[in-house]
Amino acid sequence: MSIEKQTIENLATLARLAVDDERVEEISQRLGSVLELVDQLQAADTSGLSGLDHPLNETQRLREDKINKPNMREAFQAIAPDTEDDLYLVPKVID
Amino acid sequence: MNWETVIGLEVHVQLATKTKIFSAASTAFGAAPNTQACEIDLAMPGTLPVVNKQAIDYAVMFGLAIDAEIGKTSVFERKNYFYPDLPKGYQTTQLEKPIVGPGIVEIQLGNGDTKSIRIHHAHLEEDAGKSLHEGNFRSGVSGIDLNRAGTPLIEIVSEPDMRNAEDAVAFAKKLHSIVTSLGICDGEMSQGSMRFDVNISVRPQGETKLGTRTETKNLNSFKFMEDAIHLEVARQIDLLEDGGEIIQETRLYNGDTKVARSMRSKEEANDYRYFPCPDLLPVVISDEHVEKLRKNLPELPDARQQRFMDEYDLSQYDANVLSADASMGSYFEQATKHSGNAKLTANWVAGELSARLNAETISLDQSPVTAEQLAGLIIRIADNTISGKMAKQVFEGIWNGEGDADQIIEKRGLKQVSDSGALEAMVDEVLANNQAMVDDYMNTDPDKRKKKLGGFMGQIMKASKGQANPQQVSQILAQKLAKML
Repeated sequence: MSIEKQTIENLATLARLAVDDERVEEISQRLGSVLELVDQLQAADTSGLSGLDHPLNETQRLREDKINKPNMREAFQAIAPDTEDDLYLVPKVID
Repeated sequence: MNWETVIGLEVHVQLATKTKIFSAASTAFGAAPNTQACEIDLAMPGTLPVVNKQAIDYAVMFGLAIDAEIGKTSVFERKNYFYPDLPKGYQTTQLEKPIVGPGIVEIQLGNGDTKSIRIHHAHLEEDAGKSLHEGNFRSGVSGIDLNRAGTPLIEIVSEPDMRNAEDAVAFAKKLHSIVTSLGICDGEMSQGSMRFDVNISVRPQGETKLGTRTETKNLNSFKFMEDAIHLEVARQIDLLEDGGEIIQETRLYNGDTKVARSMRSKEEANDYRYFPCPDLLPVVISDEHVEKLRKNLPELPDARQQRFMDEYDLSQYDANVLSADASMGSYFEQATKHSGNAKLTANWVAGELSARLNAETISLDQSPVTAEQLAGLIIRIADNTISGKMAKQVFEGIWNGEGDADQIIEKRGLKQVSDSGALEAMVDEVLANNQAMVDDYMNTDPDKRKKKLGGFMGQIMKASKGQANPQQVSQILAQKLAKML
């Protein structure tokens, strides 16, 4: 099973990944084989089984609503690529 | 052609928790930039989210308030997109298994009719940070403040059950009233605590198929929402009547310039590639816990409105105005307890006080006039110590911190003269000194004499330096003039 070139390109754009043109064929094959594996899984008879919402069959632990995070802005901004006036700076964003 | 408008809303409500939905950083509004963004909010490698119990409870409370099914097992998913104010590269939200299922919100329309708006579902998610495009930083870049990132939201999605701007605004106001009554949101629209996305389409009257819709995003006032709807409905109808076609797109409305523009069309729309978040397990809520929350639900607006009508004999209109906001409701009750006069208290709370608070854009909690002080003023109006006009002056004095009603009345010598002997003497004097006016009155056609009374009233009030009780003066004046005929 192979995936269309356009789908690969679209996924790469959405994931912000640079994909060389000559690699598209190979990636298509490899992703296709993942889908084949999924097809094999789907062939299994799951009637009478309820689906899992998570691989670990457990439920979420909840936290009390108490503030216990101090302001660590200086430490975080020390390792940020670019900051000014207490803000993280990024290339100009236009809606 | 007659067109029918179809509107559905998506409403983002910031929950009034102390901490974020997945981290223990504060959610307080207005802090210095990035001081409330911890390593989880910043998506540092190796961090894991832990769900805030209070956010879950608040969402369930909303579900119970709109009589919805509660998602006893709800699942968080990742909505993937890149934007600088979303450090993880995805928003943690819910899709397939939201915490609140279908429900109903009743709205009241201006003509007294009620209408049911169906809720499709409501889900929990995290807010994003804020992008600033100008500020105290060099140009050509954007600044990111992540204090808001991770603030818990419920997104309430309605069915397309609204047919005009009035429906939509009534629905938005009702949601505001419900979430503030529940205490799950502070309702501060100017701080972005509630934001509305409006889906609008039009179709020929009688058509059952929906037209192509547009979505106008991020409206944060009822007025802007109303204006944006009128504008978009007119745009769509104009376009269709000119033989054009509506493009499914996202639009932005600017409340200051009153102009809307296209933000992105469906063709370039994101494919969010949702999938269940592996970092979070399903949230399971027990029946016992839901019942406990149900038992402890605060009074809801509809119940409060009915109670105000029954208990205080208020009109439906007054009861609706005063019950819409939980803090206004309790202020009214507190003031009435002291004043003993519900009707007059209702008029002052919904009238003078609300108008003044609105004009200065401060909330009732910050009102410089306490419920007890307002009651003190109302007592003096009710016992005729001061006139309505004087009451406004006294209110002004209380507002400006000059003291309680009685102190201000005393200090400014505002007591109304209600002693009938003194008032009669005043009326006699004015009549004696204004023979020309009296003659004019006598010579006027009996049907038109009423209009002439204002002149006498003005003279008498002036003579009393504004302190005569106007109702009494008008009675005495009428009697005296009748005798002179």
